[in-house]
Amino acid sequence: MRPLVEVSGLHIAAVDGRGAQTPIVKDVSFDIAPGEVLALIGQSGSGKTTIALSLMGYARDGTRITGGSVKLDGTELRGLPARALQQLHGRDVAYVPQSAAASFNPSRRLMPQVIESAVVHGLMTRREAEAKAIALFAELALPDPANVGNRYPHQVSGGQLQRLIAAMALLTSPRLVIFDEPTTALDVTTQIGVLRAFKRVVREHGVTALYVSHDLAVVAQIADRILVLNQGEMQEIGEAERLISAPSHAYTRSLMAAARPPERNERPAAEERKPLLQVSALTAGYGRIGTNGMPLIPVLHDISFTVPAGHTLGIVGESGSGKSTLARVIAGLLPQAKGTVTLDGATLPPSLARRTRDQLRQIQFVHQMADTALNPSHTVAEILGRPLTFFGGLRGRARDRAVAELLDMVRLPAAVMHQRPASLSGGQKQRANLARALAARPRLLLCDEVTSALDSVVGAAVLKLLAELQSELGLSYVFISHDISTVRAICDQVMVLYAGQMMERGVRRVLSSTPRHPYSDLLVNSVPELRTGWLDEIEPAFGLESEVTTTFPNARACAFFPRCSVHIPGRCERDTPPIQHLSKGADIRCHRSENELRALAGTAVAAEV
Amino acid sequence: MSSTVEREPAHVVIKRPRRMPIPLLGWVGIVVVAFWLIMAVFGPMLTPHPAGEVIDPDGFGPMVPGMWLGSDVLGRDVLSRIMAGAQTTVGPAIAATLLAVFIGGTLALAAAAVGGWIDTALSRTMDAVISVPSLLFGLVAVAALGVSVPVLICTAGVIYVPGAFRIWRSLAVNVNAMDYVSVARERGEGMPYIMRREILPNLLGPVLADCGLRFVFAVLLLSSLSFLGLGIQPPDADWGSMVRENLPGLIYGAPAAIFPAAALATLTIGVNLLVDNLPGRER
Amino acid sequence: MRPALAVTGFLLKRLLFAAGTLLAVSLAVFAATEILPGDVAGAVLGQSATPEALAALRASMHLDLPASVRYLHWLGGMVTGDVGHSLVNNRPVSELIGSRLPNSLLLAGAATAFCVPIGLLLGICSAMRPTSVFDRVTSVATLSIVAVPEFFIGTLAVLVFAVNLRWFPALTLSPRIDSVEGFFRSMTLPVLSLSGIIIAQIMRMTRAALLDVLRRPYVEMARLKGVVGARLVLFYALPNALGPIANALALSLSHLLGGAIIIETIFNFPGLAKLLVDAVSTRDMPLVQACTMLFCLAYLILGTLADIAGMLANPRLRAS
Ligand SMILES: Nc1ncnc2c1ncn2[C@@H]1O[C@H](COP(=O)(O)OP(=O)(O)OP(=O)(O)O)[C@@H](O)[C@H]1O
Ligand code: SF4
Ligand SMILES: [Mg+2]
Repeated sequence: MRPLVEVSGLHIAAVDGRGAQTPIVKDVSFDIAPGEVLALIGQSGSGKTTIALSLMGYARDGTRITGGSVKLDGTELRGLPARALQQLHGRDVAYVPQSAAASFNPSRRLMPQVIESAVVHGLMTRREAEAKAIALFAELALPDPANVGNRYPHQVSGGQLQRLIAAMALLTSPRLVIFDEPTTALDVTTQIGVLRAFKRVVREHGVTALYVSHDLAVVAQIADRILVLNQGEMQEIGEAERLISAPSHAYTRSLMAAARPPERNERPAAEERKPLLQVSALTAGYGRIGTNGMPLIPVLHDISFTVPAGHTLGIVGESGSGKSTLARVIAGLLPQAKGTVTLDGATLPPSLARRTRDQLRQIQFVHQMADTALNPSHTVAEILGRPLTFFGGLRGRARDRAVAELLDMVRLPAAVMHQRPASLSGGQKQRANLARALAARPRLLLCDEVTSALDSVVGAAVLKLLAELQSELGLSYVFISHDISTVRAICDQVMVLYAGQMMERGVRRVLSSTPRHPYSDLLVNSVPELRTGWLDEIEPAFGLESEVTTTFPNARACAFFPRCSVHIPGRCERDTPPIQHLSKGADIRCHRSENELRALAGTAVAAEV
Repeated sequence: MSSTVEREPAHVVIKRPRRMPIPLLGWVGIVVVAFWLIMAVFGPMLTPHPAGEVIDPDGFGPMVPGMWLGSDVLGRDVLSRIMAGAQTTVGPAIAATLLAVFIGGTLALAAAAVGGWIDTALSRTMDAVISVPSLLFGLVAVAALGVSVPVLICTAGVIYVPGAFRIWRSLAVNVNAMDYVSVARERGEGMPYIMRREILPNLLGPVLADCGLRFVFAVLLLSSLSFLGLGIQPPDADWGSMVRENLPGLIYGAPAAIFPAAALATLTIGVNLLVDNLPGRER
Repeated sequence: MRPALAVTGFLLKRLLFAAGTLLAVSLAVFAATEILPGDVAGAVLGQSATPEALAALRASMHLDLPASVRYLHWLGGMVTGDVGHSLVNNRPVSELIGSRLPNSLLLAGAATAFCVPIGLLLGICSAMRPTSVFDRVTSVATLSIVAVPEFFIGTLAVLVFAVNLRWFPALTLSPRIDSVEGFFRSMTLPVLSLSGIIIAQIMRMTRAALLDVLRRPYVEMARLKGVVGARLVLFYALPNALGPIANALALSLSHLLGGAIIIETIFNFPGLAKLLVDAVSTRDMPLVQACTMLFCLAYLILGTLADIAGMLANPRLRAS
C-alpha cells in the first residue's frame, strides 16, 4: 500500500526581514502509512511544529520551505496554489494545536466553530454536522454532549477545550490529523483523560496521524512509530516498542534518561537530624485580612512540616494548588495570616521588613523563570557581586574572585562574567540564577519549578548540579514541582498539596507505596510510564472525566471531595478530615482508615465534577 | 566531583545578542533632528541676513538668489527668519518636555513604588487632566494668565504631565512586578537602591522614545498657539507665528507661509521617524 | 446575570467619572477665568473708568459676592443654559453660541461622514496585506500626516486648491447651505483639511487593532481549517477587533475639536472654535467659559464612548 504521507529531504529555514536564512529543519524524510500514528519527538526549538505545519503546505510568517518534497496521497504540496491548499485544510488534513484555549475564537460559540470546516467545504449540512459533532463529543467523554456546543470558549475548562478542538479536527473524517503537543498545557491528572479519549477515537476511526510531543512517555502510549528530532535533524526513526525498549541513538538514550531521572539514594531518616526549617499551622492568602483573621482570598490552609538540615523537601501539586504561595510565605514576600515559620529554632517575623539581614541571607529564593529573575541591564558579575557585597561586604578583587568561584561552582565558564543575561542560553541562565542565590551563602534554598522551563536534558543536568551542591555545601532545599518524577529524583521527603491543603506527607518512598491518600493515588497513577501499552492496562474508567477545580467547597469539607471517587457520602462533604498516621510512615488527611484505603487502592477514579 | 556533572551542550554555549541595525528611515530621522538641533543653537548666528531686516519693501517677494525662500509680509528674508526661528520653536518645546517628563516621571515612580490610595488619587487626577483637549487647555491658560514665554512653557509642561505619568507608571509597574525586583527585595535592599539600580535602567529605552513623542506634541501645541496669535509675540517669532503673519500672502500665491510650516513638518516627522526606528523597538 | 451586572457597574462607574471630571473642569475653568485675572470689571471698563461705574458694574456682575457663591451661581447658569453676557458686545452668550453651533456641527458632521468610511477602509486594506507596498506607503504617509501641524495641511490646501487651481474659495464667510453646489464649494476645503489627520488616525488605529487580532492563534487555526477571505474577516477578525476599532474611532473623532480650532481660523469659518479663539484674544471671559465647557463636554462624551466600546469588546462580558 502506498504511504499517505511522503516527506523527503525536507529543508525549512527562518528568513528574516533582510532575506538572511537560518535553517530550522534539515533534510528530514519520513512517511506515514494509512491508519498509522507517527510521533515526532524533540525538545523545544527542534522544529517539530514547523515540520507538522509543512504537512499542510503551510509555513508560518518568517519561515520558508527551502528544499525537498511533501506529498499527501501522491500530491505534491509544495508550490500548490493557495486555492488548492485551502480546499485541503480542514477537509483532508486537520490540525489540533497545543493551546485550544488560544485557538478558539473567543467571541463565537463553540458549535459553529467545531462544524465550520465541514460547512465551509460543503461536506455536510449544518444539521448533519451538528449531529456528528454531538456524537464525537460523547465519544470524547465530554460532559453534556448535546449542549456543550452552545457555550463560549471561556465557559469550558482547558481539558474539555482540548477535546472540543479534537472533535473539530475529526468532524470531516480527514485523511490526516496532526496533533501538536495537545496535552502539554494540561495538568497530569487532566492529561490522562484527554489522552485516553484521543486514543479511543484514533483507534476506532482508524485515523492516520502525526503526533507531536516532547514527552516520550506520552508518545509511547499512542504512536505506532516514533521519529526523534534534535536541532532540526532526524536522529532515529523506528517502531515505538523497539525504540523505547532499545534506543539505538545516543540522543534518544539521553532523552530517555532525562525523562525518568533515577531516584536518589536513601539517606538517614529525618528524625535523626535537627530540623532547619519548621512550618506550623500556616494559613495564608492574598488580599486584606478580614475580622476572622482570614485573608480575602485564602490559598493555604493549616500547613505544617519540617525540613531537616541538609535535606530536601519536595512539594507537589497541580497548578494553582498554592505551591508558589507557600514559598513566598517562607521567603517573607507574603506575610502569613496565621501560623509560624521557624528557622534553626528562631521564629521568623512574617514580613520581610522585620527580618534581620542574616535571616534574609540564610533563605534564598530561586525563581522559576531565570529570564525574569535576572535583571537584563546588569552583567552576570554585577548580579552575583551585589549579594556578595550586601551580605559579605566583599569588594574589588576579593569580590571578583568570589564571583569566579561561584561560576565554577555552577559549572559556568568564567567568560560569562561580563555578559548580560540576554546572551545566555536557558540552562546557563538558570545556573546563573542559582549562583546568585548561592552568593548569599544560604542554608536553605527555595526552588520554585526551577527546571520546568528547561528542556528535559538541560533540566536533568541542573537537577544533578543541585544534588552535588547539596552534598558539597550541606544545603537544605524546599523543592517545588508539578512533576512527580522530578521530585522523586531529588527529594528526601515529599508533601502533596491540593487546593492549599496538605493531603499527604512523608519520606519520598511513601509515594511509591500503597495505601496512599486518594489524591496522591490519582496523581501517581496519572503519570504515564515509559513503556508502550501502559495506557491500555489502567482501569477503563480512570481519569476519563477529571477536571481541575480550585474552588474550596465549604469551609469544613474535604477539599478533594468533588473529585474523590472513594468519598464517604454524608461525611466527607461535612466534616473536616482528620490527619492520620499510616504505618508506611506517612501522614494523610482523610476520613478513610488505612485498611479501607488499602482495599480501595488503585480504584481512586476521579469522579465527574 | 564536579566532573560528573555535564556541562551545557556545546552548541548552546554563548549566544551574542545581535545588534539591531538602524533602518534607513531611522537615519533620515537622526539627520533631520540633528540638523534642527544645531540650527536651534547656532541658527541665529548663521543667518544670511539679520532676521528682522527689511530687505524688500514690497513684501512677499519671489525666490531669488540671495533670498532663496523669498521675502515675507514685511519684506524680510524668509530663510533667515526660519533659521533664527528654530531657537524660539525648539527651545520652549524642549523646556516644556523636560518639565512634563520630570514632574510626570517623578510622580509616576512614586505612585508605582508606594501604591495604595496615593497611586489611585494621582492616577484619577491625571485621567481628569488628560480629558481636556490640549489646545483648549492652552487657550484657557493664555486667556487667564496672558501670553509670555514662561506661561507657555509651564502650560505645555502641565498639559503633558499626565501623558508622561501614564507611560512611566505603567512601565514602572511592569518592571516592579519582575522577579529580579522581588529578588532585590528578598535580599532586603532599600527602596532607593531598587528604584535606581533595578528599575530605572530598564525604563530608559521606552522612556526616551516617549520623550521624543512628547516633544513633538509640545512643538505642535506651541506653534498652534502661535498660529492663533496667542503664542510667541512679536518681535520674537517662531515658525507658527511666521505662518500666521504670512497667511495673507497665500491669496497672491506667495509661499512665505508654507516654508515655516514645512520646516515644522520636517522636524516633527523627523522625530517620529527617529523614535519609531529606535533599535529594539518592535514595529 | 453576573456579567450583566458587571457591565452596568462599569457603565455607572465610567459615567460617574465623566461627571466628576466635568465638575473638576468647571471648577478649574471658573478659577482660571474669574479669580486669576484680577478685576474683571476693571478689564471691561478700561483704565479711565470712574470708581462709581466700577462699583456698579461689580454689583451687577455679582463680583462683590464670595467666590464660592459666584461659582455655584455660575454653575447653575451653565446647567440651565443662562451663561451670561459677552463682555465685548454685550449680547447673551447663548445667542452667540446658538448662531455658531449649527455651522460647527455641520463641519464636524461632514468631516465624520467623510473620514470614518475612508479611514476604516484604508486601515482594513493595509492590515490585510501587512508589509505590502501599499501598506508601507500608507504607513509612512499617515505617520507624516499625523506628525505635521494642522495649519500646514490647511495652508497647503489653500495654496493648491484655492489659489493655484481656483477650485474653491479660500475663505468661508458663511457656509452656503442653500444650494448643493454652494455647500460643496464652501465646505470642501475646510472638511478636507480637517479630515487629513483624522483619516490618518483612524487608519493607523484600525490597522493596529486588526493586525493584533490577525496575529492571534485562533486566526491561524481558522486558516488551517480552510477558512479564508471574507469569512475570515467577518467571523474572526472584525468581531474581535470591533471594540478596539470603535475605541479608535471615538478617540480619532475627538481630534475634530482641536483641529477645528485651527481650521476655522485658516478659513475664517464662522464656527464655535473661531468664536472661542476670538473670545480668548479679547479676553471675553463669559464666552471663553461657555465655549470651553461645551468643548470639554463633547470631548468627554467621545472619550466615554471610546471606553465603553473598549469594554464591550470583552467577550466575557458580552457573552452574558
Ligand atoms: N497575587 C495574587 N492575588 C490573588 N490570588 C493569587 C495571587 N497569586 C496567586 N493567587 C491564587 O492563589 C492560588 C495559588 O497560586 P500559586 O501560584 O501558589 O499556585 P502554584 O501551585 O504555584 O501553581 P503553578 O503550578 O501554576 O505555579 C491560585 O488560585 C492563584 O490564582
Ligand atoms: S476525606 Fe473523603 S473525600 Fe477526602 S480524600 Fe478522604 S475519602 Fe476522599
Ligand atoms: Mg507556581
